[in-house]
Amino acid sequence: MSSPVPAPAPIPTPTDVEGETVVGEQAESPWRRFLSDFFESRIAVAGLVVFVFLILAALFAPYVTPQNPYDLMQISIMDGRLPPGTQGEMIHYWLGTDDQGRDMLSGIFYGLRTSLGVGAASTVIALFIGGAIGLIAAYFGGRVDAMIMRVADLQLSFPAILIALILVSILGQGVEKIIIALVAVQWAYYARTIRGTALVERRKEYVEAATCLALSHRRIVFRHLLPNCTPPLIVVGTVQVAHAISLEATLSFLGIGLPITEPSLGLLIKNGFDYMLSGDYWISFYPGVALLITIVSINLVGDQLRDVLNPRLKR
Amino acid sequence: MLVFTIRRLMQSVIVLFVMSLIVFIGIYAVGNPVDILINPEADIAEQEATIRRLGLDRPLWSQYFSFLNSALYGDLGTSFVHNEPALELIFERLPATLEIAVGAVGLAIVIGIPAGMVAGLRPDSLIGKTIMSGSILGFSLPTFWVGLMLIMLFAVMLGWLPASGRGDTVDLFGVPVSFLTWDGLTHILLPAFNLALFKMSLVIRLSRAGTREVMLQDYVKFSRAKGLSESRVILVHVLKNILIPVVTVLGLELGNVIAFAVVTETVFAWPGIGKLLIDSIGLLDRPVVVAYLLLTVTMFILINFVVDVLYSVLDPRVRLGDMKS
Amino acid sequence: MNGPAPTLQVEGLRTHFFTKVGVVKAVDDVSFSVDRGEVLGLVGESGSGKSVTGFSILGLVDPPGRITDGRILFKGEDLVGRSESQWRTLRGARIAMIFQDPMMTLNPVLRIDTQMIEAIRAHEKVSDATARQRARDALGQVGIPSPDERLKAYPHQFSGGMRQRVAIAIALINKPDLIIADEPTTALDVTIQAQILFEAQKLCRETGTALIWITHDLTVVAGLADRICVMYAGKIVEQGRIDDVLDRPLHPYTHGLIGSVPSRNKRGQPLEQIPGMTPSLMNPPPGCGFRARCARAAAECVRDPDITSPVDGRQIRCFHPHLEDA
Repeated sequence: MSSPVPAPAPIPTPTDVEGETVVGEQAESPWRRFLSDFFESRIAVAGLVVFVFLILAALFAPYVTPQNPYDLMQISIMDGRLPPGTQGEMIHYWLGTDDQGRDMLSGIFYGLRTSLGVGAASTVIALFIGGAIGLIAAYFGGRVDAMIMRVADLQLSFPAILIALILVSILGQGVEKIIIALVAVQWAYYARTIRGTALVERRKEYVEAATCLALSHRRIVFRHLLPNCTPPLIVVGTVQVAHAISLEATLSFLGIGLPITEPSLGLLIKNGFDYMLSGDYWISFYPGVALLITIVSINLVGDQLRDVLNPRLKR
Repeated sequence: MLVFTIRRLMQSVIVLFVMSLIVFIGIYAVGNPVDILINPEADIAEQEATIRRLGLDRPLWSQYFSFLNSALYGDLGTSFVHNEPALELIFERLPATLEIAVGAVGLAIVIGIPAGMVAGLRPDSLIGKTIMSGSILGFSLPTFWVGLMLIMLFAVMLGWLPASGRGDTVDLFGVPVSFLTWDGLTHILLPAFNLALFKMSLVIRLSRAGTREVMLQDYVKFSRAKGLSESRVILVHVLKNILIPVVTVLGLELGNVIAFAVVTETVFAWPGIGKLLIDSIGLLDRPVVVAYLLLTVTMFILINFVVDVLYSVLDPRVRLGDMKS
Repeated sequence: MNGPAPTLQVEGLRTHFFTKVGVVKAVDDVSFSVDRGEVLGLVGESGSGKSVTGFSILGLVDPPGRITDGRILFKGEDLVGRSESQWRTLRGARIAMIFQDPMMTLNPVLRIDTQMIEAIRAHEKVSDATARQRARDALGQVGIPSPDERLKAYPHQFSGGMRQRVAIAIALINKPDLIIADEPTTALDVTIQAQILFEAQKLCRETGTALIWITHDLTVVAGLADRICVMYAGKIVEQGRIDDVLDRPLHPYTHGLIGSVPSRNKRGQPLEQIPGMTPSLMNPPPGCGFRARCARAAAECVRDPDITSPVDGRQIRCFHPHLEDA
């Protein structure tokens, strides 16, 4: 594929130089072909719809939830641990309440906000950092490449959770610290992915042509190399969002992730865990279902993206 | 061969050195060592005494040297909470962790290989597709969530299996184990299965891919042409071929299982080193945390070293490739 | 029919593959027979259906393929429609097969003795010692030196020619009545090829085993076979005694095939070629499959030619055979 795939890449490209297009207009734009390929799989579309819904729910949580579960004025301790479907004093608790009397449905929307936010933020930052490192490694090669890749391989030989545990026990808790830990865990995947693609692309004629035109390193890397390395990065990025959310939930569940003031889905599950054995399953169960739906929907979208963007699978 | 082993060993030592430096800097430079190494409940006089005893008033490089020195002699500090050497505490809990880790790898093999082979033999059947969907879920679901669901289903709703603890143990060569008593066995089943899930999905994928590939080989057709029964073709000719890569990968993953035991042990209150770590983080018992991290990292480096050397024994190309570069 | 039934008689065999994109008629109305001790050469280009014919006789056609019509009479008994377990008692015991690529036919992770002994024990209840003895004898029979040591080796410790000998030894181990050899020498060096051919011929003469030798190489068949069947596009277009067919091919395809074999007395002259390519067997149009490449094709060739016998002991499927050369 020598034409850039204009997928929504969260990657900075230097300001667009006017009047420069890499490839002339085609009868069927790659965008449209990408979309029609993507929409071929019904289950992936379902995943996408659910995912968009989750994002909207997270974004507009304060406006759509029946209560703000972290406003002490709105909750009543008397309503603690009510089963799903109970009519409370002020609102109907569709999914029950937790031990503090917070509406679970509202809690889940707010939790989704935190989980998706942390997952997306860490993925985007890791994508930037890892992508840049990988590009540098591939473009300059030699000693730089060997050094960077040795570090990446070394890190990838340890399980992600162990790296996260080390960092969290050094850094302590807090949203920004968890994001740092998640970025540190993820960067190597992006570095390796983009390096692999860039090494292939670098040998192609268009890069040689750009080099012959004596364009600057910066320009060749960002304007020519990067767009062609984007598709695999998007695929890895999508799947990694799910991984990041899952890892954050795990750390929060272990009580070493986010602080109580920023309850993610993992923390909600942890809070309900103690009551599960006494039969009050809903405090843990419904946040768990929300987490499951989030992860599965992202994976469905990611799988389809991989199939569509993988040139080897093109018919 | 010897050259390769020595080179690889030197690499491992360097990595170990770097990791100890990271952990050291993490504790001594990024965090406040007084907070980390001194019991927060100690009074001022005690604190100052400890600062002097630990040499926290000395320059950083000399502190690192004495840290390294005592670490080499197996002294990784004393737990504030248990008042026991941190390393001893960990070694006390290690058998419990090894027990579920081995149980998990065992389950992953016993369930994963047959399931993967069925999925490979009948890729388009309902059961084949179900197994594959299951393995995709096993890959993407967080371990702790599956653990919760297992507890909810088997312990709370059905009441078949206990939700936490090790149950009755008996001593085997002086080490307490659960799997030899019925009560212990019921306790180990859920956590082992939970821990196994991820590996099981991996084994299913590997065996499915392996089976599909091997079934196309001429030697499978030839063994049928010899008049062998279908069960012998699959259980001997196919199984033996897919077993080698699957077992190699699982060996590599053993360290991973121990790292992931942190989650499972917390969910099922299984008294292993993972639960010790999480408890210690919660109780600010830093020496134990440091000891756990250093020990696990060392173990990982060791496993990677052994696997690399074994690989080079099995496949001479690895060795030659390394020499050239 | 008088006299004892031939070892194998195939009548009107059709093996079709039902793929998603259409039906592939790999074997389409094939009939031939092999007698005891006789060597039949089954010749054709790749994709002409000769291997599928071989696998059909063993009941080893992989799905989506299956035998749709015809009879396979083995010693007078029809095999088509038999159950899998009935096929299995014949495979390796009464009908054995040798495959093309000796590098691929032996399981790389099992020792030679395991692979030989299991072939015996699949059909007979014998002691391990007896089975081992027979395996050793079979290795000796195909000319493998120091068979005792060789039994304990793994396939990768053997050369290609040695592996093919082992595969032949496995085929012979239960003293079958029929061996189907699917291009067993194609992957081997010419010198090894000659040795294997010699051994195969000798064994057939000595034991009375019938042999079907599938190949694309006319020169191999020329020195080995008693009779020859030439396959093209799923059909046998010509069959007869080997000398008759090679000296005086009747079908235009056989004619072209023989013309395209390089030989010493044609030195300096350009080799004749058959123009065009093998047709796809997917939903073929009716009529003679060779007509698109045939210089003698005429209007009537859009119909399927029936089997005729213009010369005694010869059978062809052609409206315009090369009879005038006589």
